[in-house]
Amino acid sequence: MAATSKATRDQSHARVFDLDVMSLRELNQALHNLTPGSNETAWEVLNPKGNHSVAVGVDQPVTIDVRGSVGYYCGGMNDGATITVHGSAGPGVGENMMSGSIIIKGDASQYAGATGKGGLLVIEGNASSRCGISMKGIDIVVRGNIGHMSAFMAQSGNLVVLGDAGDALGDSIYEARLFVRGKVDSLGADCIAKEMRPEHLELLQGLLDRAGVTGIKPTEFKRYGSARTLYNFNIDNADAY
Amino acid sequence: MCGIVGLFLKDKSLEPQLGSMLSEMLISLSDRGPDSAGIAIYGAPSGNEAKITIQSAKPERDFRGLDTELAKAIGTPVSIAVKSTHAVVRTTPAKIDEAREAIQALRPDIRIMGAGDVVEIYKEVGLPEAVVDRFDVRSMTGTHGIGHTRMATESAVTTMGAHPFSTGADQCLVHNGSLSNHNNVRRELVREGMKFETENDTEVAAAYLSSQMAHGKNLGEALEGTLSDLDGFFTFVVGTKNGFGVVRDPIACKPAVMAETDQYVAFGSEYRALTKLPGIDNARVWEPEPATVYFWEH
Repeated sequence: MAATSKATRDQSHARVFDLDVMSLRELNQALHNLTPGSNETAWEVLNPKGNHSVAVGVDQPVTIDVRGSVGYYCGGMNDGATITVHGSAGPGVGENMMSGSIIIKGDASQYAGATGKGGLLVIEGNASSRCGISMKGIDIVVRGNIGHMSAFMAQSGNLVVLGDAGDALGDSIYEARLFVRGKVDSLGADCIAKEMRPEHLELLQGLLDRAGVTGIKPTEFKRYGSARTLYNFNIDNADAY
Repeated sequence: MCGIVGLFLKDKSLEPQLGSMLSEMLISLSDRGPDSAGIAIYGAPSGNEAKITIQSAKPERDFRGLDTELAKAIGTPVSIAVKSTHAVVRTTPAKIDEAREAIQALRPDIRIMGAGDVVEIYKEVGLPEAVVDRFDVRSMTGTHGIGHTRMATESAVTTMGAHPFSTGADQCLVHNGSLSNHNNVRRELVREGMKFETENDTEVAAAYLSSQMAHGKNLGEALEGTLSDLDGFFTFVVGTKNGFGVVRDPIACKPAVMAETDQYVAFGSEYRALTKLPGIDNARVWEPEPATVYFWEH
């Protein structure tokens, strides 16, 4: 395979893909060719330069360091890899992640972690609108702020925000748990502030630990979730249809 | 989908490279819109002449002898520089409206792309690289410019349906999105006396801003008005004679990223568009907030 022969190795034995020299298709194909037990566990991607779909669909527990900023859908469908973006990410980072982790050192654009089913997405900067939209099991930790309509129709999993949240947080939310340390501009339909019980403090401490956040206490957060008034049709609203 | 770019230079030493920088930015977004592309470049003001950018599907027929006939019609010297299907007509600023009318009378098939003291607008059907090559945009110098590559949704794939749209002197706009109340707004603007060349929704946004600015608002105030008066999806990038502005609708689903250094302010639909700019690795890079107006003036 051309990809194998052209890839170089640095001193730490990571396989290095320079996207100035090689195509994105070669990178992703090489990652998809990994089989269980492969010794090629460390990968490095240079010059991503806003390319779309960097390291999507990886299904082996390798580490991938991306040196720069990426475009749409980085790490989408990730199933087990540890992907670190040493830069910012475009829309849809970690979309539909199954397991593993993705760490964004900079900011993330719209719908980070959308529909994610598992794994951990850490955004060290800010995330913009629709963070965690329709999340269904993923854990997302954002050190900065998140934009409007985040956790829209969020089904399960946890969204932790150390900063502030924009308008309409958790609109039409199902059973995802939202923890926000700063202010919330407004809550969406059927999303309410909830009591922080001991099991939530414990859960939150675990999430902060996994995201490498220190010096922040779970008691500094408020919990938000579903009021569950939209789960069943209210007959009094029949005239509205 | 569409891709839009904008570049506003603060450092004069970059002005000779404006055309090439903006061209590279637009080409990098080619796969966001393969239908047509366009660029508006704001050159250095010359003080004693104004420009009209014109376009013809039959440039050899329409542009031949136009300078002489136009000069005779308006009683002032006129020069014409032809670039493929476009040409830039130069004459004294005082005669610019008269020249515009005379061009339409002398050559009914010619379309006016835009007019003003400094702006030149080039747009055609085709990929950004082809459009940039056709009009030699890379060699153009200037202070700021905007560009667009189009994936049509609201109206036909034609030269006139391409962006930028210009509806006032030295004003132009590029748009990613689609407007839903453009017919109503168009009717109101027509009643006010604005003229429209197309059925396109973006032209309405351009004309709306021109109308607001004609009523004395500055660029920032005019952009603020789009948030209450225009309904639909939009990220707009706007150029005026000495200004450059950006606004996104409150839902903000159309992507946008900006970068600022001591040398420039740049806008791209995606970060990809910005990666070749000088000093980008140390630039302040951010996503413009929804329903928030950003503008810069020289």
